[in-house]
Amino acid sequence: MAQGTLAQGPDMTIDRAGGQTTIRLSGPWTAPHAQRVEALVGEIEAEADHFPVLFDLSGVERLDTLGAWTLDRTRHELSAKGQADFANASPEQKILLEEAAYRDFEGEPKPRHARSVDFLVDVGQSVAGAGKDLVGGVGFLGELVAAMVRVVIHPRRFRGTAVINQLEQIAYRGVPIIVLISFLVGCIVSQQGIFQLVKFGATPFVVDLIGILVLRELGVLLTSIMVAGRSGSAFTAEIGSMKMREEIDALRVMGLDPIEVLIVPRILALIIGLPLLTFIASIAALVGGGLTTWVYGGISPDIFLDRLRAAVGMNTFLVGLIKAPFMAVVIGIIATLEGMAVAGSAESLGRHVTSSVVKAIFMVIVLDGLFAMFFAAINY
Amino acid sequence: MLERRHPDLTKNREVIIRVRGVEVGFGEKTILKGLDLDVYRGEILGFVGGSGQGKSVLTRAILGLVRKRAGTIEVLGRNLDELSSDERRQLERHWGVLFQQGALFSALTVKQNIQVPMREYLHLSDRLLDELAMLKIEMVGLSPDAADKLPSELSGGMIKRAALARALALDPEIVFLDEPTSGLDPIGAGEFDDLIATLQRTLGLTVFMVTHDLDSLYSVCDRIAALGEGKILAEGPIEAMLASDHPWLRSYFHGKRARAVMTGGAQG
Repeated sequence: MAQGTLAQGPDMTIDRAGGQTTIRLSGPWTAPHAQRVEALVGEIEAEADHFPVLFDLSGVERLDTLGAWTLDRTRHELSAKGQADFANASPEQKILLEEAAYRDFEGEPKPRHARSVDFLVDVGQSVAGAGKDLVGGVGFLGELVAAMVRVVIHPRRFRGTAVINQLEQIAYRGVPIIVLISFLVGCIVSQQGIFQLVKFGATPFVVDLIGILVLRELGVLLTSIMVAGRSGSAFTAEIGSMKMREEIDALRVMGLDPIEVLIVPRILALIIGLPLLTFIASIAALVGGGLTTWVYGGISPDIFLDRLRAAVGMNTFLVGLIKAPFMAVVIGIIATLEGMAVAGSAESLGRHVTSSVVKAIFMVIVLDGLFAMFFAAINY
Repeated sequence: MLERRHPDLTKNREVIIRVRGVEVGFGEKTILKGLDLDVYRGEILGFVGGSGQGKSVLTRAILGLVRKRAGTIEVLGRNLDELSSDERRQLERHWGVLFQQGALFSALTVKQNIQVPMREYLHLSDRLLDELAMLKIEMVGLSPDAADKLPSELSGGMIKRAALARALALDPEIVFLDEPTSGLDPIGAGEFDDLIATLQRTLGLTVFMVTHDLDSLYSVCDRIAALGEGKILAEGPIEAMLASDHPWLRSYFHGKRARAVMTGGAQG
């Protein structure tokens, strides 16, 4: 079937006898032969110079919309110069030629702006977008706090099961990867620390370095980044696909507040889970650092622990831990907002999940910097 | 109202889809148990059956989306199991599918959706590509400004039309329609039926239509095949369906809803 039609493509002969042009078409004028069809109609337009022009369709084996459209378009273009008509079309071909009759599709080319204008528009839109994000974030924070207060006032509306479920997803299932990463980073930092400090004969100070760095900054930062990647993306995808399938609207019309049902449990779980994970991550990093100082620096675990006790105070430990719930709120709000912004398409979902993770990681680092300045200022 | 043609049933007509002894199952459960079905060139075949009886499964088996356990399926005279992947691609150009939910690519505009198969299979100039896409959009009764809309901006009826335009992009010989009128209002459904009948006549299509819509069965289908118990219970024009005394067919075609359609049809 396919071979048969491919072997014999569309063809035509042009006959200029009797003061008119007769174009005898033959073969299949169909989509698989599109290139040939286009070439042929180009030829017709160039060569049909004696009017009237007659398209003889009697030899056409098959005609489809592509063939009918190109032929009628050619006929239309020729008819600007003189008479052009079809002849010997079968009833089916007539119907098709009518259905695919030439018409002008208006409003095609869109006005194109200069690149520089486009660039300025882009910049303006991103600035406006960032501003909207900020306002939206603050507004949402307010809604969230209001929802939480409602839950506190009416404890019956608190969804304990949902919180525990989320806690399992966020904290419990995240433990292995976070422990592994923190352990490795602890090892790497302490190894580099030893290599640098040994030049000054100050190898034991690597314990101070690790203790303070891990407890104050690294533990919480690594955990937050991992959680933003693991759980932030999951929130956005879950809420986004629920939005796409009108599940959020379904909740609303049942008189349920989506913020209360979906978001409060997730953010509460984050607020509880992130400090727990931070603690675990810090311990893992300290273990990694301890092992490395033992191997590379010859500092035994006993001495490591002694020095650690001397080097870090309760405040060092608390600085890291205090930051964790704030990171949790930032991650949760960004993830939810992005999820709520998902519209219609699968592409939009993908874009918002990406931007949820990127924004959350960015904000976590910015927030960490602000905290560093704050704690330095109050000398804590 | 469209006149319904009564094709001289099985005589002298080219079988375009031949299904023989097809068995499809999932796990322990066998859904199609040795099903035989012929679809003739140029007809509109309505395919009915209760929910979960395997209407969609048969469609998907023909399209190669579901594996069958036994039996043969021939489309355009070629056994689907014996085709190389190249031949299969060749064959797939000859059919178009309208999925129940439209299955338009959500990231592409309507026009781009229609152009996807064209770009893939045809060598067209950009101008022709645009013109043909717009032509298909008009043929299915969408306004030209729908061309640059995303599927998420369309209503249910428009999605069906846009999806039909995509199914017709390559001028296929066979069109599979999975519940084309579900989710449309009666007027929209009627228009869609008319549209299918018109396109079928102009383009010489063979239409394989899975449907529950009794109106469609009455107004556009040349022949009806009813599926039940994993087999074809009955096939033939609507009159044969009405005359059948199989209990399921009786309740399907003589139920309250069916009677309403029948009397309405007789008046109109």
